[in-house]
Amino acid sequence: MTTVVLNRRNLLAAGGSVLTAGVSGLLLPACAQGVAPTQSMSGGSNNYRKGAPMVERIGKGGFWMSGTVRRAGDGAPMAGQRIQIWAHTTEGREEDQRSHGATLTDKNGAFRLEIPQIVPIFGQPHGHLAYDSGEFKTVFLRPIMRSAKETSLEAHFVLQPA
Amino acid sequence: MRFAQATLIWAALAIAVCAPIAVAATSPLLEWRDPVYILSGFAGIIALGLLLVQPVLAGGYLPGPSAYRGRRAHHWIGGAVVVMVVVHVGGLWITSPPDMIDALLFASPTPFSPFGVIAMWAIFAVALLAAFRRRLGLRTWRIAHMVLAAVIVVGSVVHGVLIEGAMETVSKAALCALVLGAAIKVMADLVRRMRATSRGEGAVRQ
Repeated sequence: MTTVVLNRRNLLAAGGSVLTAGVSGLLLPACAQGVAPTQSMSGGSNNYRKGAPMVERIGKGGFWMSGTVRRAGDGAPMAGQRIQIWAHTTEGREEDQRSHGATLTDKNGAFRLEIPQIVPIFGQPHGHLAYDSGEFKTVFLRPIMRSAKETSLEAHFVLQPA
Repeated sequence: MRFAQATLIWAALAIAVCAPIAVAATSPLLEWRDPVYILSGFAGIIALGLLLVQPVLAGGYLPGPSAYRGRRAHHWIGGAVVVMVVVHVGGLWITSPPDMIDALLFASPTPFSPFGVIAMWAIFAVALLAAFRRRLGLRTWRIAHMVLAAVIVVGSVVHGVLIEGAMETVSKAALCALVLGAAIKVMADLVRRMRATSRGEGAVRQ
């Protein structure tokens, strides 16, 4: 019984933080002044490889990793920001070079990269993203999929000056 | 009749332990895993299965072997649990060192990791204490073992249930329920026996 309670609590906590992130994203233009910077998630930098190449997509694709990059404070969308993405997928392990790739945000601060289907590793289906270009403080994210069956995952960055 | 009953009990135990392992062996996730990762995952599943055998042996619920042989088997299977845990942790370390280090340092983002790590230390502690159990005295040893066993069972079950991995949900839940039930049963029996013994000793002293 304990397990269910703990599980639910964790899910609620995770869901709550996802909601908060999502809602703050939607409310952005209305209350632009107080957009707080995104903190790195624990375990976010695991199996990170510096300098992942810019790619059209990783492997054969089939799974969409997307998100936005904004500036802390005024929440302005940041164009041309390099985001690195890696995950354990049907085509490779997290640490494999071929599982890593990078993409740039568009003029709306949005990014989108097609990667192979993520499969659960170390007990959770999750992906990794990094902002590591130096202009702003480095941020490592490790979003979790609600179900291993999902074919997309989102992660949002709010960056603060380095 | 008795033989048939004994066979049934043994068969039930074998199925309870082996069925979840067999179902996990058909998991689609295995296709995208290295042999070392698969091995370490199954070492964890086998260890969970052995946690069902342990209380059953300790309580003497199995028909056939004498109490002495049951205890010997409990002892050796305890050693096997230690080996499985070492393979589990070692294999996962090889698979992804940063994730394993996070888990061991209680810095992991995965909620199940601390439960597994605590259970691991409790398993090592029991193994260490077992080596010195004669020096501890029977009563101290039994209490220490029981407390640690409770930590091992609860930690392992929570660890297992929260993981999204090769084990199939229903067979995993069933095995976890059996592990929990068997542990509660044997501990309740042992506490009852210990109370009866201490009452008996009191009567003798008077």
